[in-house]
Amino acid sequence: MQPISYFELVGFGPNGWGLALLTAAGMTLAVASCGFIAGAVIGTVVAWGKLSRSLIARGLADGYTTVLRGIPDLLVIYLFYFGGSAALGAIGSLFGAEGFIGVPAFATGAIAIGVVSGAYQAEVFRGAYQTLSRGELEAARSVGMHSWLMFRRVIAPQVLRYAIPGLGNVWQLVLKESALISVTGLVELLRQSHIAAGSTRRPFDFYLTAGALYLLITWVSTILFQKAEDRSLRGIRRAA
Amino acid sequence: MDLAFMAETFVRLLEGLPLTLNLAFTAVALGVVFALLLALMRMSGVAVLDWIARAYVFVFRGTPLLVQIFLIYYGLGQFRPTLQEWGLWGFFREPYWCAVLALTLNTAAYASEIIRGGLQAVPANQVEAARACGMSRVLLFRRIVFPIAVRQALPAYGNEVILMVKATSLASIITMMEVTGIAQKLISQTFRAVEIFIVAGAIYLALNFLVSRAIMAIEWWLSPHLRHAPVVAPPLAEAAHI
Repeated sequence: MQPISYFELVGFGPNGWGLALLTAAGMTLAVASCGFIAGAVIGTVVAWGKLSRSLIARGLADGYTTVLRGIPDLLVIYLFYFGGSAALGAIGSLFGAEGFIGVPAFATGAIAIGVVSGAYQAEVFRGAYQTLSRGELEAARSVGMHSWLMFRRVIAPQVLRYAIPGLGNVWQLVLKESALISVTGLVELLRQSHIAAGSTRRPFDFYLTAGALYLLITWVSTILFQKAEDRSLRGIRRAA
Repeated sequence: MDLAFMAETFVRLLEGLPLTLNLAFTAVALGVVFALLLALMRMSGVAVLDWIARAYVFVFRGTPLLVQIFLIYYGLGQFRPTLQEWGLWGFFREPYWCAVLALTLNTAAYASEIIRGGLQAVPANQVEAARACGMSRVLLFRRIVFPIAVRQALPAYGNEVILMVKATSLASIITMMEVTGIAQKLISQTFRAVEIFIVAGAIYLALNFLVSRAIMAIEWWLSPHLRHAPVVAPPLAEAAHI
């Protein structure tokens, strides 16, 4: 039997895996985006802790970023995957359910990515906050803004502006980290390639295609973040 | 929290530590050589070399490490007859060598940009001064460019080494029993994810703490000009007058 050509293999024909791969790439984007957004929330809270005057909040926040940036992401994923199942199993047995209860792989992945990327985003937000001018914050306070209004009108828009380049780097990390979620069985791009490689015995073709799709996603992301950065800096005068 | 269980886990996980260290050290050592080559290609001024190095860095930084590992370990199996013919199959059959190769190629891409940044941060006037003194190219590189570039690049390079220590955990996915591999096996046997996670995490944290301390020590050693001058004791004759 003549082996089918590469383009037939990854194309959209009857023997092609094209649609499956594209769907899986969509899943990669979905889990990475959810993780990134969760990470932004965690990062904001942790950055607030790092900048707080309370010694306890600062200690906790510093501990969080040091620990999460110092241990492998894969361990964090295992913690949430197996730990989550164990916790669910314990709750389930209270209600008379028996045996192993799997946590939804998507939720595990998004939470794990969120927890890890939160540590990186906290550093990005902290750095961006420190570039705000003190005078502007004092001015906001002196016109009587309470802290939530000041956060919404003065701090958040400017921090986001200065954080865009750093957030771009974190997004690239998150995209690449999402490939690790394949160990939980979530059918994202790498997992789908693994399945296709196993069933067609053409692993090189499929991993190469997966790599190309990841490259396409990271490349487009770079361009979009550059555009966002340019746009956010309209009306700001920069020295040379 | 079961301390006896955690102590037992700690002993079990330590069995994986030599392999983790071995993978990280081999990949970093081989990677830095390759990275220097890539950085020199980028700065050679030869368009072809420059573009090859650029494309290499773009591809390896733009794709997940796990895809690179799978491409080498599983993907190359597709060409097994050819590889056997060339006598390379013995190499690509071993998960250890595939992991080392993938980690090396990956870290080389990141490190080459760090090294390039360091080399480009060498002030032009220092190079000119050295040339004015009549230094040859090799001497100039050894005495002026290289020490300054290393000092500049070291903090960023330290981060890359820590990333590599963490990246060795991916070798567990292709059956290598290093610290994460053993941790994963223990978790799936005992379902005590939290305790095992704490112990394994502590091992990696300790490892990365040591790496960052070592980098700081080298940084300190390489920048004597930034340290305070040592307090010189007054000569005895002067001290005697007081």
